[in-house]
Amino acid sequence: MNGYNFAYLDEQTKRMIRRGLLKAVAIPGYQVPFGGREMPMPYGWGTGGMQLTASILGEDDVLKVIDQGADDTTNAVSIRAFFERVAGVETTTDTAAADVIQTRHRIPETPLSAGQVLVFQVPIPEPLRFIEPSEEETRVMHALEEYGVMHVKLYEDIARHGHIATTYAYPVKVDGRYVTDPSPIPKFDNPKLHMSDALMLFGAGREKRLYAIPPHTRVESLDFEDHPFEIQAWDAPCAMCGARDSFLDEVITDDAGGRMFVCSDTDYCQKCREEVA
Amino acid sequence: MKRPQLERPALLEARDVTRLYGPGKGCEAIDFTLHAGEVLGIVGESGSGKSTLLRTLCGMEAPDAGRVLYHGHEGELDLYAIGEARRRALLRMEWGLVHQNPRDGLRLGVSAGANVGERLMALGQRHYGQLRAAGQDWMGRVELDPGRIDDAPQHFSGGMQQRLQIARTLVTRPRLVFMDEPTGGLDVSVQARLLDTLRTLVRELGLSVVLVTHDLAVARLLADRLLVMRRGRVVESGLTDQILDDPQHAYTQLLVSSVLTP
Repeated sequence: MNGYNFAYLDEQTKRMIRRGLLKAVAIPGYQVPFGGREMPMPYGWGTGGMQLTASILGEDDVLKVIDQGADDTTNAVSIRAFFERVAGVETTTDTAAADVIQTRHRIPETPLSAGQVLVFQVPIPEPLRFIEPSEEETRVMHALEEYGVMHVKLYEDIARHGHIATTYAYPVKVDGRYVTDPSPIPKFDNPKLHMSDALMLFGAGREKRLYAIPPHTRVESLDFEDHPFEIQAWDAPCAMCGARDSFLDEVITDDAGGRMFVCSDTDYCQKCREEVA
Repeated sequence: MKRPQLERPALLEARDVTRLYGPGKGCEAIDFTLHAGEVLGIVGESGSGKSTLLRTLCGMEAPDAGRVLYHGHEGELDLYAIGEARRRALLRMEWGLVHQNPRDGLRLGVSAGANVGERLMALGQRHYGQLRAAGQDWMGRVELDPGRIDDAPQHFSGGMQQRLQIARTLVTRPRLVFMDEPTGGLDVSVQARLLDTLRTLVRELGLSVVLVTHDLAVARLLADRLLVMRRGRVVESGLTDQILDDPQHAYTQLLVSSVLTP
């Protein structure tokens, strides 16, 4: 497309972000500040993820974009169309065929393989923010590994609900060092972060922070000895494909209380149905 | 009251500590030794530099000159020569700080139990059942109703908040506790009961305390030894009873004679 550099951002900016990404990969879970650029969409729509994607995208790469697991929702469609237009790269909905996957709030059900890169859109990169509003103080807390307050939140959950009621953005400890916000993925996806074959990159546009979980890195979800970390479970399988191992969304079907549970990962659901057929 | 054993080993030493915001504002050339198991009171009027001295002693504000030495488990430490990481670890593990306003020392949004458990969690305690048991135990010790363990401190009265802050500080059994006007802002009957609890805990746990107060009655009840400060300098020091019953310095005499008796 005329008038734009490949993948929208100029080469200097991409280089700056790639330098940040190298640092982030070198220090797993550490939040690296970067000079975030204005993107042609509002904050909160994935500007952080898009800047990362733009920086690492090559002309031969195949891109997949998902929003809550789905390939066909607004955020996914518009970001995919954006990169088709400004980078002219091939896009796909097939998880296994993608080189770069930009995601909002999910990790695909199909296991990722070595060489794939998952780019997360992050609203609030700082896991300590809910308890400590000062950025200066949270940085010191990270530097000195003062993470006791993270358990205060989990304690409150158990005191109020009888179990850990945090279901998304569940805090993790990366490589035994940095406590990190895995972005608002459901805690169902937390085990997929552990020892993943793929590279995971996280970008927060408004806060101008990026961080990474490199392949084959230990990722532990925080918990208590007598209240261990657990993922969500459903009584019924997916109403459309019958999968029992995927994250299900509740869909209201009518005004009379009718509802069904279906896979949030549309590509996975599709594949399962094709296999059955 | 039992006389303190002054031959006990020194725990905290201030050596010529100076922290001035301007001439006469702050504290200047402070020298003292706090022994293990001793309660040291720092008294003086508002603006005499008591709180500045306390902040300097407990690692929150570096002095312009002088040193603060702490004799911990690992031998002598110069508080401002060690790194911030160790200083904060010290404050977390071996020391405690009770603020005048419990809102500064508590997390008002989270339950009382979580407040008491926070320091334990910071030390690596990861068993919910034990944290809860410790929370209930300590709420009982400071005479709070253990049944209110899940209530947020913002629904507690001022006196109860202060008790909770004390429980939260003492739960890790610190060796040295800094208190800044622990009974400030409370009415006299609540104050009296809180002082009683404090005195019991200090004796039971064998705490060493640096207590800052403008209230001589509080100092009389809790402190073994007193430093009287005026305009940033120590004008008189000695045993509490000695100073309050037989003040030598003109300013101390003025201070003692200004106490209202009903």
